[in-house]
This record gives sequence, C-alpha cells and structure tokens, in this order.
Amino acid sequence: MSKRLFRFNGGLKLADFKTGSTGQPIVQAPIPPQLILPLQQHIGEPAEACVKPGDTVTRGQEIARARGAISASIHASSSGVVHAIEKRQVSHPSGLLAPCVVIDTDGLDRPQQAPVIIGDAYLQQTPDAVRKLVRAGGIVGMGGAGFPTAVKLKPGPEHGVDLLVLNGAECEPYISCDDMLMRERAPAIIAGARVMMHALGARHAVIAVEDNKPQSMQIMAQAIRDSGAENIELRGIPAIYPAGGEKQLIKVLTGIEIPAQALPINAGIVCHNVATAEAVYRVIYQGEGAVSRVVTLTGNVSQELNLDVRYGTPVEFLLRTYGIDPALVAAITIGGPMMGYSLHAIDAPVSKTTNCIIVKQQGAALPFSNHGGTRPCIRCGNCADVCPVNLLPQQLYWHAQSRDFDKVQDFHLFDCIECGCCDYVCPSHLPLVQYYRFAKTEIWAQEREKEKSDLARQRHEFRQFRLEREKAERAARHKQKAAALQAPSAEEAELAKKKAAIAAALERVKARKAQADTKPRNVDNLSPQQRQLIEEVDARRKQNRQQQKPGPEQKNSDTE
Amino acid sequence: MPSLLTSSSPHIHGANSVPRLMYTVLAALLPALAAYCWFFGPGILVHLGLAYGTALACEALMLRLRGKPLGLFLSDGSCLVSASLLCFAIPSLAPWWLTVIGISFAIVVAKHLYGGLGHNPFNPAMIGYALLLISFPREMTSWLSPTAHSALNLNFSDTVSLIFGTGISAVDAVTMASPLDHMRTELGREHVLSAIVNNRELFGLLGGAGWEWINAMALLGGVFLLWRKIIHWHIPVATLVALLLIAGFFHLLDPARYSDPLLHLFSGATMLGAFFIATDPVSAATTNRGRLYYGAGIGIIIYVVRTWGGYPDGVAFAVLLMNMAAPTLDYFTQPRVFGHGKKD
Amino acid sequence: MWTAVSVLALLGALFGMILGYAAVRFRVQSNPLVEKIDSILPQTQCGQCTFPGCRPYAQAIADGEADINQCPPGGEAVIHALADLLGRDPKPLNPEHGAHKEKIVVEIDEDLCIGCTLCIQACPVDAILGAAKQMHSVIAEECTGCELCIPPCPVDCIYVVPAAQDINHWKVPSPEPLVQARS
Repeated sequence: MSKRLFRFNGGLKLADFKTGSTGQPIVQAPIPPQLILPLQQHIGEPAEACVKPGDTVTRGQEIARARGAISASIHASSSGVVHAIEKRQVSHPSGLLAPCVVIDTDGLDRPQQAPVIIGDAYLQQTPDAVRKLVRAGGIVGMGGAGFPTAVKLKPGPEHGVDLLVLNGAECEPYISCDDMLMRERAPAIIAGARVMMHALGARHAVIAVEDNKPQSMQIMAQAIRDSGAENIELRGIPAIYPAGGEKQLIKVLTGIEIPAQALPINAGIVCHNVATAEAVYRVIYQGEGAVSRVVTLTGNVSQELNLDVRYGTPVEFLLRTYGIDPALVAAITIGGPMMGYSLHAIDAPVSKTTNCIIVKQQGAALPFSNHGGTRPCIRCGNCADVCPVNLLPQQLYWHAQSRDFDKVQDFHLFDCIECGCCDYVCPSHLPLVQYYRFAKTEIWAQEREKEKSDLARQRHEFRQFRLEREKAERAARHKQKAAALQAPSAEEAELAKKKAAIAAALERVKARKAQADTKPRNVDNLSPQQRQLIEEVDARRKQNRQQQKPGPEQKNSDTE
Repeated sequence: MPSLLTSSSPHIHGANSVPRLMYTVLAALLPALAAYCWFFGPGILVHLGLAYGTALACEALMLRLRGKPLGLFLSDGSCLVSASLLCFAIPSLAPWWLTVIGISFAIVVAKHLYGGLGHNPFNPAMIGYALLLISFPREMTSWLSPTAHSALNLNFSDTVSLIFGTGISAVDAVTMASPLDHMRTELGREHVLSAIVNNRELFGLLGGAGWEWINAMALLGGVFLLWRKIIHWHIPVATLVALLLIAGFFHLLDPARYSDPLLHLFSGATMLGAFFIATDPVSAATTNRGRLYYGAGIGIIIYVVRTWGGYPDGVAFAVLLMNMAAPTLDYFTQPRVFGHGKKD
Repeated sequence: MWTAVSVLALLGALFGMILGYAAVRFRVQSNPLVEKIDSILPQTQCGQCTFPGCRPYAQAIADGEADINQCPPGGEAVIHALADLLGRDPKPLNPEHGAHKEKIVVEIDEDLCIGCTLCIQACPVDAILGAAKQMHSVIAEECTGCELCIPPCPVDCIYVVPAAQDINHWKVPSPEPLVQARS
C-alpha cells in the first residue's frame, strides 16, 4: 500500500474545541426511567415492532424486526415493560413525530438469558452468516448516516473488496466520541474490523485517524500490533475538514476519486466508522445487539463529557443528570457544528446516529451563527475555493434562489455533501447549505408530485374510459330491448305455428274419433245389462262433448 | 418545556465578512495614497472627502428608494472603495463637481440601477471614470507633473479653494499632461522613445514621475491583500504577466517606438488596476481559470489602448471590456467536479 | 431595375421552396401542446379552473381560451412552468378560482356512511372504494384532494385532513423569508 497521501480540493482548518471532552474517560450514563426507541434509526425501511404494550423485555432483546433489504432491527436498550408503541418526538431536523417503542425501565438492566456468543469462531462462519448476525444485531453506520451495516458488508458483484477503510477521522469540531472510543476500546475496534474483513473478504484494512489525535493513533497502533494482524495499517491524515467524508477520505488515502453517482464498493473499497466496528465486535463477541453508543456532551456545560448512553435516553434526562437546567437551554445541536441539526424538542431520544449534543444556554456565547446580517452575494468565489467536491456553490446559490431547479442540477447539486465549508467562508453570511437542502428536497418533492399526478391522470383517464364503456353497454342493451318490442312477429309467428300444429293435431284426433265412433267393435253378443251400460256411457260421453265444445283453445292454453 | 431555537447548519462561521473585506482594501490603499499626496499634493484628500460624502449620500438615497435596509448596506464600505479608486483617477486639482458627478453616476447608475451590491455587471468606479473622461476631457487630462506641483507651492487652503473654484484646468500658465499622455503625443510626432523618456520632469527611474512610486506602493498594498487572502492571485498575476509579455514582445521588436515593459508596469494606473480595480469581485470572473483569462485580457487591452488607442491610459476601458466578457468566461471555465470526468 | 427585381424574386422563390421542403422533410414529431400543458397540471381534477378536469383546461389554454393562472392546486410552481412553456410572463394566481392550499386528502367517517355511492360517482380518479350498501373508503394514496366528493354526500360524512407528512419526505423550507427578514 502506497505510503503517499493525496489531497482533495478545498476544505478548512477549523478550531477543535475537543480538549474539554477528551480530558476524562468515557462515563457511563445512567439508565432513564423511560426509553423512547424510534422504529427508524437508520436509512431504509423502518423496522416492524414485534412486541406489544405490556410485554416484558430484557436488555438486548429484539423489539422490532428489520424489514426489507435495507433495514436494521431495534433492540431494547434496557430491561422493562413496553409502555406503548406510538408516535413520539424524535431527533430529526424536521421536528416531526415518528413511531417509537416506549419502554418503562425497571432499573434492573437484566440481560438476555442466553446470548449467542460467537467469538473467534466467526472465522468458521460464512460471510453471509456473519452479515445476518450483524443485521439481526441492529448495527448501522455510527458516523452519523445510519446506513444498515450488514448491507455494506457485502462485497460487490464484480470483484471482491481490496480495502476496508476504518474512518477514525472525526473531522468536525466538538465531536470526540470516536477519539475516546479509540483510546479506550482499541482492541475491540480491531477485532470488529477483522470480523468486517472476513464478511467482506477484504485483503487490507486501513484505519485513518486525523493527526490531531496523537494518543488515539498511538493506542490504535499498539492494538494493531497486539492483535498480530498483518494486513491492518494505521495512517495519520492531515486534520482538514471534511477529510472524514467517505469519498474525500478515500481520495486522501488512495488517490482514487469515486465517480459521482457510484459507490466506493465499485472500486473495491468499503468505508466504515470505527464505532461501527466496535458495535460489530459487541454483537459477535458479546452476543448483544445495538443498545448503546458513546455521545459527546459539550457546549455551554459545566463539564464537557463523553458519555456511554443507552439508545432511547431522552436528551432532557441527560441534561438534568449532568447539571444542565433544561429551562435555561436556548438551543441544542445534534451532531457537529458544521453538519449537525437543531433539535426541536428537548425530550427527543438519543438514537443510533446521535454522536454529539452541543448545548447552547440562553445568553451564553457559543460560536453559534444566526446568519445575522445576510448581504447579497458579492461573487467573491471563496465558496468555490473551499468546496471539497469542487463545485461552484455560487452558481448553485443563484439558481436555487431563483428556483431554477433544472439549472441547479446542471451544476451537480446532488453531488453536494452539505459539509458547510462554503457557508463558513461566505463574507455575505448567506445560508448556502440551507438553499441547497431546500433545492434538493424541492426537486425530490416535485418528482414525487409528478409521479402522483401521472398516476392520477391515468386513473382519471381510465375512469373516463370506464364510464364510456358503461354508457356504451347500457346503450347496447337498450337497443336490444327496443328491437324486441318493435318486431314481435317473430314471436307471434312462433305462437301461430304452435297453434296451427295443435289445431291440426286436434283435427286428426277428431277425425279418427269420428271414424271410430260409427261402430264400436265387439258389440254383437252383448247381454242386456252390457247394452244398457254402453248406452249410459254413450250418453255421458255426448254430454261431455257438448260441454267441452268451446274446447280446443282452452285445452291449448292449459297445455301451454 | 422551553421552546428551542432552531437554525440550519453550519452553526459556526468564519470571521470573513463584507465590511472586513472592504475596509481591508481601503487600508491597503493607504501607502498608495500617501505616495500620491507626496507627489501631487493634498488635493486628493479633498476629493476623497467629497467622494465619500457623495457616495454615502447617493447610496442612502438609492437604498431608501429601493426599500432596502440602510444600516446593513451603508456599513459595508463598498461605495467607499469605489469612491477611493475613482479619486486616484481624477487629477488632484480638478474641480469639485467632477468628483461629485463621477461618483454619483457610479453609485446611482452603475451600481444601484443594476441591482445594488453584488449585481452590477460593470465596475462602478470605472464607469464613473469613463463618463468623466468622455464628457470632460479637458478637466480629466489636466495632470500636473510633480515638479510643476511643487512649483505652484499651494498650501492646503489654496488647494481647497482651487478645487472648489475653477480647478487647475482654468489656470493657463502651466503645461499639463500625464507621463503616458506626453509619451503618446511625442511618439505621434515621431520622436524616439529614449529621447522622450529622458524628460526628467515627467519620467522617473522606472516609469512616470511620481507615478512609479504610486504604482510601487499599490504593489505593496496588493501583496498585503494577497497575504490576507482578500484577493486571489490569479487576476493581478495574469494582468501583469500579460502586460509584461506583450510590452516586452513589441519592445524587442522596435525599442524606439515601443516602451519597455517596466515603464508600462510602473506608469499610469497599472498596479492599482491589477490589484484593486480588476479584482473587484462583483464584476470580475469567478472561476480561477476564468480569472486568468480575465486578467490576461485586461493586460493585453491596457497595452493595446495605450499604444494604438485614443486614450493615454487603458486600464479603465480594459476593465470595462473584460467585465462584459466575465459571464462567458465563467461559463466556459467551470472546474472539473470531484468524481466527474472532464467532459461533464 | 427589372433584372434586380427578377433576380430577387427568383431567389425568394428558391429559398422559399427549400424552406418548405425542409419543413416537411425534417419535421420533428413532438408532443402536441395540449399534452405538454396537461403534463404540467397537477391532475387534481377538481374543476376549480372552471373546466371539468385538467385535460379540458389544458385544451383551453392551448386554444387560448383560458389563462395560465387559474389552477389553485398547482399554485406558483405550475403558473411558472406554464409561463416557461408558453413563453409568457408568469402572473399571480387568479383569486377568483380559489387559493393555493396545503396538500389535503379526504376521509370518510365510517360510523356515518350509508353506502349510497354518490361520492364514488363523483370522484374523478376513482379513489373511493365501495359499492352500494357497502362501506365506502377513501384510498388516501390516490386521493388528489379535489373535494368533489364532499357536496354529494347526503350525510356529510366526508371531511378534509391535511396530507400526512412523512418524516422521510420532509421538505426543507426556503431560506428566503429568513434572508429577507435579516437583510
């Protein structure tokens, strides 16, 4: 592997603000009385709840199953009773509600009865089996995006994976959770990395750490040596924001520029966060699904800390526990100051992608931009100088502002990684990244609208067709009925024919009878009684005949 | 539950701002200003005062008419920069109304009628200068040499009364021409360059008398701006290199008719133009490659206008002509985006 | 002079023939204008534009009988798109035809529904499921929010609800009001 490092265009050197939070070890945060676990803490399909209110759960128990190809399970972060499955406030820039499993914890933190611990035996498992374990363990990318890790542990269809990159860059200011994780749990990270390499069939691994973390680099290097792994290497990279961006990191380490709409896997490279590797370690070596992560609590706080927090812990609980009065909090940023989002509700929970909580107290000074005094763009071009994707943010701004969504895509809007470098240097204090996000979501919404309206048009056109068809059918039926009424001769002719046939038959019968009536046979040797009987019957027959004279039609109507 | 403030990322911001940019440019102009005052007297200070006042007044008026917030825009210092640059281009003893007309036109028409800060396609100071040069050629070409200035022996109040009176152009007794102007006329009369440059009153070591110092100070100021990352190196370097190359080429061709490159670099408004005027971000090209072409174009046009054109100094017209080309330059010099091929 | 006239006339005729031939030989099959206009309209089929559906409105615009600012569900976006397509200036939505509202769908209160099918007959996109004397249900994904089903219902059991906002499809608001307020 080449020792040379490469550069990407632009980027910024930012002040760290990490010394406070790296000054002491990771602290175990207490378990809150109530855990709120969103069913979607990852990219892809939300998980499907497999418990119901009233169920008792143990720590690490799967409470929602991954659904679909790109999904991850959710596990109970502590033991207790399921309180409800309902919409609650979640950590999301929109401030909207989302379905969550709410658990009232019992404070006992009972683990699962018989966790399945694979340990070193993972080497005997197939890569697919390992991926299944990772998926069932609910592991997602811990760097902030939350992509289901099991999906990213699949080698590409064309060729195997040459390189696994472990991202320990942590380039944003304030965030130090990965730094502390590397200092305290280096062996676990290395072990997890080796599991990942097994699942991917990767030949090499590089752990990239920014050079402003000398202790982490030392400790990780030692852990690599201790593990005896020959194909894992540690590289220190210059601390330029955003070196931790996946494509930028790959460029720095290998010089390869992943094409715009392609994924690193197409170049035989896979990138995972170091905390994700540690989570994989926990699944394989401790048999426990995703229940907690390290979160940096910083900003206007009495003590900047890195906390090991259970998923589902409300932010408010953390604030109270560590001496911050929620009533005095003006704003909370989840994530770093460059790419993090503002929290809307203080009781939203910590989720799998929460890596940092920056607190701003009322009246306190944080370098919190409110974009005061936005001026028109002066076309200085500073934004293009710092863009790590080499875009023209100025052009993106002009076209997003004028809502020219076609033009804005011509300038490769969707390549923008929203790192915020352009916004940071803009002398006119334009909210550039917000313009780009606005344009992106607007374009997606328009595409969805178009699909919906096309569908509505199809349904409308089919409805028109259906109504026409019904009308036509009705008209045809009416025509038939009308035709029947106007030309009854066919029926009547039938009737007449029948009558004629019957009449003819009667005539024949009558004629035969008439003949037969002249001389009854065997009347020669009759006794006087026999003769009398015959005369009585004859008389009766005559009478009957006379009564039945208006006969043939009646008979016919009876037989009809 | 408190209501939390929400804002969009990023939540931190660099120290850069428009006022910081503009005031740093003004600071960088101070050495050149000092040199100017040394050689051409304090007249420029009077003009600066006039220009600043008029500029702010016009800006305030236009902002009010356009319904824009006054405080935000008056404090950004952009009209002051335009005013300063215009004052360098006006003879130090020109009448007061020249400055007022020039800067008013620049601010009102060239800047605000096109949309205000950030929207003007042409450099406002150069538009003002062009207007004055074309409309009032006599007043605009009444340059005194440094020697003549000191000969006049004007104190400050004399300067003020001259400016608010009739201006120097009304004074007949003095010969008035800038070094470049003089050179053009003499070359037109078929005099040899070496003879022309020997005129010690008008020409110094490298360039025009007095002007070479002003240019040198402007160069200093420009390097200061580069160091502070206020401007990009592409435009000044491209302008100077292009001017150097084309002047050098013709000088080698015929040293008698075409002056040497250094004279061009240190005469007239070359350095001011390269570092302060051409680098106006609003009207210049914005991509780095585009800036190189932009600067080169300016350098070449400066030479062309000076040598074959109808005016002694070509900086203003060069800048204005390249302002017209800036959008096209931007369109054809887009950088290659990360992850895309050259053709995308 | 007559030579000049005849030469020019000849040239004119020649070029005219070339142009005529080119117009026929190189004709580009494109969508008729009505199709293009219809593909821009939101297909709500609500009739607020005074035409019975989006297609008739598209036809009217193409025929020059209707203006481009009569569609409230389409709002600004549609007006601008139509203005772009037809090379005209966009204008504000004509308030006579209604106001642009947030996306809505309708819901049937199942306790009150009597199964009369009047709403089914009214729905322009057949988004209501049901049959005579059977429960009627609105298929929310297909409902365009045209509100044409509400007047015919004899028991007034159909009501409007805002379309559900999916957290995954959240739209980031434009910073414009922010920029204007602060500058």
